[in-house]
Amino acid sequence: MSIEISHVSKRFGSFVALDDVSVSIPTGQLTALLGPSGGGKSTLLRIIAGLERADTGRVRIEGVDATDLPPRKRNVGFVFQHYAAFKHMSVRRNVAFGLEIRHRPKAEIRERVDELLRLVHLEQFGDRLPAQLSGGQRQRMALARALAVEPTVLLLDEPFGALDAKVRKELRDWLRRLHDEVHVTTVFVTHDQEEALEVADEIVVVNEGRVEQIGTPDELYDTPANDFVMRFLGPVTQLGDRLVRPHDLVIGTGDAEPGAVTGRVTRVTRIGFEIRVEVTTEDQVVVVTLTRTRFRALDVREGSTVHVALAPEVVAETVEAA
Amino acid sequence: MVKRLIVVAYLFFLVAWPLFLVGQNTFEGGLDNLRGILADPDVVHALRLSLVVAVVAVVINTVFGVGVSLLLVRYEFPGKRLLSALLDVPLSVSPIVVGLALVLVYGGRTGWFGPTLENAGFQVIFAAPGIVLATVFVALPLVIREVVPVLEEVGDEQEQAARSLGANALQTFWRITLPAIRWGVIYGVVLSLARSLGEFGAVKVVSGNVLGETRTTTLVVEEKYLNFDKGGAYAAAFLLALVAVAAITVVSVLRPSSSEVKQ
Amino acid sequence: MTSATLAPDRPAAARRSARGGRLTRASGLGLGIAMLWFSLLVLIPLTAVVVTASEGGWSGFWDAVTNEQTAAAIRLTVGTAFGVTLVNVVMGTLIAWVLVRDRFFGKRLLEILIDIPFALPTIVAGLVLLSLYGPESPLGVDIHNTRIAVFLAFLFVTLPFVVRTVQPVLAELDPEVEEAAASLGASRFTTFRRIILPSLTPAIAAGAALSFARGVSEYGSLVLLSGNLPMRTEVTSVRILSSIENDNLDSAAAVAAVLLAISFAVIVVLDVIQRRVVRRG
Repeated sequence: MSIEISHVSKRFGSFVALDDVSVSIPTGQLTALLGPSGGGKSTLLRIIAGLERADTGRVRIEGVDATDLPPRKRNVGFVFQHYAAFKHMSVRRNVAFGLEIRHRPKAEIRERVDELLRLVHLEQFGDRLPAQLSGGQRQRMALARALAVEPTVLLLDEPFGALDAKVRKELRDWLRRLHDEVHVTTVFVTHDQEEALEVADEIVVVNEGRVEQIGTPDELYDTPANDFVMRFLGPVTQLGDRLVRPHDLVIGTGDAEPGAVTGRVTRVTRIGFEIRVEVTTEDQVVVVTLTRTRFRALDVREGSTVHVALAPEVVAETVEAA
Repeated sequence: MVKRLIVVAYLFFLVAWPLFLVGQNTFEGGLDNLRGILADPDVVHALRLSLVVAVVAVVINTVFGVGVSLLLVRYEFPGKRLLSALLDVPLSVSPIVVGLALVLVYGGRTGWFGPTLENAGFQVIFAAPGIVLATVFVALPLVIREVVPVLEEVGDEQEQAARSLGANALQTFWRITLPAIRWGVIYGVVLSLARSLGEFGAVKVVSGNVLGETRTTTLVVEEKYLNFDKGGAYAAAFLLALVAVAAITVVSVLRPSSSEVKQ
Repeated sequence: MTSATLAPDRPAAARRSARGGRLTRASGLGLGIAMLWFSLLVLIPLTAVVVTASEGGWSGFWDAVTNEQTAAAIRLTVGTAFGVTLVNVVMGTLIAWVLVRDRFFGKRLLEILIDIPFALPTIVAGLVLLSLYGPESPLGVDIHNTRIAVFLAFLFVTLPFVVRTVQPVLAELDPEVEEAAASLGASRFTTFRRIILPSLTPAIAAGAALSFARGVSEYGSLVLLSGNLPMRTEVTSVRILSSIENDNLDSAAAVAAVLLAISFAVIVVLDVIQRRVVRRG
């Protein structure tokens, strides 16, 4: 295990940011800390980096107790949401900063910086100032800067949060590919479940200062530990007293199967390739999503009476609604 | 902690203690010093002259300052950048040079415009208009420096909204722009007032320093001190210092933090 | 607190609005009136100084400014202003640092103390310093009529400039940048020297320029304090004044032109600094 967090608590005044959190983060993996804003995930990341001190608990990085080490002695790379670029330095000087602090030979620094700029596709921008780069480029520079010191762990705090949707998606794919090349233990904070599911090897769901669940994206999506994780990771709807994913429901028009609920179609919405059907039963509105082909085959419209049931293969993967 | 101690000691020895001593010296003999100068008709005349000049100068600089700020922030015109830089000139010109410059142009004997104006019966130098001009000159940028940043911060969206609702330029200015920048204007006015009351060098050159006529309060301080009336000098200085400290305190206490200004 | 007053952080370039409108008839008229007034009050009189200075030709000008007593005054003024500016660079940055980074009781009072030299009449400033450092000093030091008095007076009147230019820049520094440096292995001193100080340099330079200009042009605070001894404590402004009082306006204008040149140089420096800051973003 690369990072061991045991029984860490942190308060800001009367606000409890972290409440007795224990997590182990495996070596060489890309781990996401996922959760809503204000849930404590950024605080946890900053405690790992030493930018914040835990009130109680210990942090070990690669077997070394880092709890009392200042950030500069932890050898972690940290990437901030708003880049934290050194504005008065060129891109090259930004990337070289950590190496210069460590008094590495000039030739070595030059070589390493060239290599990193190639890695983050900024080789033509080395002599520019950060102000002359786009947001995505600045964040890639920040990443190269953090990687330059060959950190034991790389920590990213909402790294794509300040970027627009398209750049964000590109950088996300690129981070995944970069990680496959570099293999440094990486932890990133995000509130975007899609980002976490797509990029991470492992996800730690953090909410209200506590860890809700730890697992691979598949485990979390398919077997959420509780109501909160289920709701946070994807769309949900309620069928009877069970919380289910709308795409795990099937609609029938013939005879009602056992366990099916009967209702009237009250609304049909097309979202690209998907059709969203709202079925109003006696006491609730159930949302079902299905493909266009499936929908056409069914031949239902608003006002039709239908039966809604859970698809047979997913019966086990639901949770009881709280 | 060490840093804080150095800073506090530095400011204590450079500003706080000396300033305190002026107060102490003023009240050394109780209220005698203050009573003494307030009973002197020439000093009272000087106080009144200073006040009138300061008020006139502040009015002129406020109108000019708000107008120029609007032009600089809301309009584009050739030479704007140059004008903007030149407007700061009075801050860094020696008051003696300011006085000299005004004498060279408005001096009654050899000035560029002075003789013509005097033939028309209008004396500038060695008279009240000269004192006003000198005072306006030295305090010129203060309102502008306060108002321009505020105008930039509030933007012109509210003004455009008012215009779209049918307000004309004047209505927009009175109902939208002026209320939005009022704090900037108020600080500018308070600082200008303090600066105007306190001008010394430029006024010394252009006023002629005639007792009971063109001698202002700051000139009284010098004259009293040089004539060994230290009590009178301290008392007059105390009054001036009081205004200055009050002005700075008012601005510092009233000024909302920049985050509040934004709202 | 009056940072907007003193800070040169928004001169020329910053005042430019990105989408200013064209002049309308009314605003054009307003601009005309404002320019006329500004010309009559500032531009024409300052031009008169330069024109008068040049009327005696280059040799007349040169004789006036190289007159032994005048040259000594200029040397003293410029040298002292330079020294005071160096002190202000260090102390002003330190004061700004304490005001921004420390929280303590009485900070508000310090804020007021810093602005007092700006609002206090200069003649009063002289008297104020005289009461602690003059013949009746409770400290037992008497610097009255010495060059130290000139230094002290300059120090007093230039106090706010570096503080008030550095303070807002320091307050707006992104704390994440310092955290980034720390996580890359920089010590606190290294972070200050390589990250914070370079970010403050434009503000420090601007404050230093203003402080220098203010020192060079100082007059009022010296009247009672320095004794105006020729060749020893007489500054340039006093030289100009005695030429005016002796009705020698040509020579007064020549020396005044030197001061004006320094003022303009400072404004140019400020503008260059501002442009560099804008480029850095």
